[in-house]
Amino acid sequence: MTTHLEATAVECRRGRSTILSGVDLAVDVGERVALVGPNGAGKSTLLRVLAGIDAPHAGSVLLRGTRVHDMRSRDRAREIAVVSQHELPPADLLVRELVALGRVPHRSPWSSEPDDHAIEALDRLGLRAFADRPVDRLSGGELRRVLVARALAQEAPVLVLDEPTNHLDLRHQHELLGTVRDLGLTVVAAIHDLGLAARYFDRVAVVHDGGLVAQGDPDDVLTTDLVQRVFGVRVARVLHPETGEPHLLVDP
Amino acid sequence: MSDADSRRPPVLLLTVAATVVLLVSLPIATALGATSIPWSEVVEVWRSRLQGVPSDATSDTIVWNIRAPRVLLAAIVGAGLAIAGTVVQTLVRNPLADPYLLGVSSGASVGATAVITLGVLSSTGTWALSVGAMIGAVVAAATVFGIAMGQGGLTPLRLVLTGTVLASAFSAIASYLVFRSEEPQAAQSVLFWLLGSLARASWEQLLLPVVATVLAALVIVVLRGWLDALLAGPDVAASLGVPVARLRVALFVLQALLVGVLVAVAGGIGFVGLIVPHVARLLVGPLHGRMVPVAALVGAIFLVWVDVAARTLATPQDIPLSVVTGVVGAPVFLVLLGRRRYRFGGES
Repeated sequence: MTTHLEATAVECRRGRSTILSGVDLAVDVGERVALVGPNGAGKSTLLRVLAGIDAPHAGSVLLRGTRVHDMRSRDRAREIAVVSQHELPPADLLVRELVALGRVPHRSPWSSEPDDHAIEALDRLGLRAFADRPVDRLSGGELRRVLVARALAQEAPVLVLDEPTNHLDLRHQHELLGTVRDLGLTVVAAIHDLGLAARYFDRVAVVHDGGLVAQGDPDDVLTTDLVQRVFGVRVARVLHPETGEPHLLVDP
Repeated sequence: MSDADSRRPPVLLLTVAATVVLLVSLPIATALGATSIPWSEVVEVWRSRLQGVPSDATSDTIVWNIRAPRVLLAAIVGAGLAIAGTVVQTLVRNPLADPYLLGVSSGASVGATAVITLGVLSSTGTWALSVGAMIGAVVAAATVFGIAMGQGGLTPLRLVLTGTVLASAFSAIASYLVFRSEEPQAAQSVLFWLLGSLARASWEQLLLPVVATVLAALVIVVLRGWLDALLAGPDVAASLGVPVARLRVALFVLQALLVGVLVAVAGGIGFVGLIVPHVARLLVGPLHGRMVPVAALVGAIFLVWVDVAARTLATPQDIPLSVVTGVVGAPVFLVLLGRRRYRFGGES
């Protein structure tokens, strides 16, 4: 396996306080890594640095061996697509126009192209019917999926997602992560639901106490001890009566 | 297609229609004014002048040397203000932004007031007022730029705060100059300039605003993909490969240049740069490639007719343009804001 995205000794500060330090994370080509951890642990901060939006205060992030922050922003945007947690697009933008913004890194700012890529991306997420809807007529969950469609239209081999399943109902959480899994892209995502993280990701990395405290196969990492220590809730590990897969039951 | 969906009207059709309206408005507007001139004469003057020869009509001078440059200047300034308003609204992501938000015009007013009250720059003759305003605009823009950059960059909040604070400081200086002046007419001259007027229009004065407006329009058309991305927010734009910091610097310089030139020739005409971008957005949506041509044309048509009203409603006096744009503009803006479906940003 070749390493696609690699963070080495990354340190992130906000103002004077250090949020993360000594973060080492290597993501292979086509691998999906879920960042889990309590609120405020620094998952979003780490994602922004991995995606090249913010520079780390120390350490480096390499994309196929090139420092992400030395890349031209346009070259970087062709390699890494981002769906952030809070985005408020202009209310009067139509869904097709918003998704077509994903094509910005692929064309000169003065050129136009037909909506084909945008429509195709909407199709993939079953959102074709929303193409002509103004953004402010979408529900929170619909908007999340539209933003993921924009990231797909961007056709970047790396997908960075900050809580993509926020606001989504159960069915759409699974559909969205299933779609993302089937794309075969390299994915780094912050995920709150440990069950989803275990099911749809190859690896989980636990962000806690200003660094990565554990990473590896979900079933190995998400032990009852670790979850109890990191999240401060008691959990029991049980096997699903029908599928035999392990699940975590929370009993605060 | 459900009720919630909307279709964009064909922008080409709208642009062609607006261009036709503008081209028809221009000669009509030269016929109207303090002295009304028969249609046949106006048509005669335009026909022969467009072929390059003065006509024999008695109104040749009035139509061609006084009214024609004034009407054309109205069109250019209207288009320019609409473009400047669009640029500033995109730069600061704020629906209440107008071209004067970032302090350029207040700086220009200090320059203009200094010319009127202290008689500085009198060696430049009839250009004194424009030159003074331009110098003031450049100084103000450089100050706002320097302070905002020094405090962390051209972020929307930083720009709005710096621009607003410095604008009041510049206004205070201008007021002090008027207050101190011993010229009895000074206050009125300054007020007239501040409220905007095209009374000083001449053919020579057209060049600079035309160049600035055309340049600004071209830059926007060239950068439209990036500007559209910036609408969605700085982080989104950055993740889409837009060099956000450099784009903001470019937009700031562009608006400073354009507003400086427009204010120098026409004073502080209000409301056009605030409302017209909203009207265009309402018509064709927020993507710059679609809304900027429409905004420019609507702004041009609007100001041509505002100036006709300014010239004819209280003859023989000229009404300051801001008086007319305010009276027309305030209700238009209220109606726009009152539309349930129209929301500028993400927030309601």
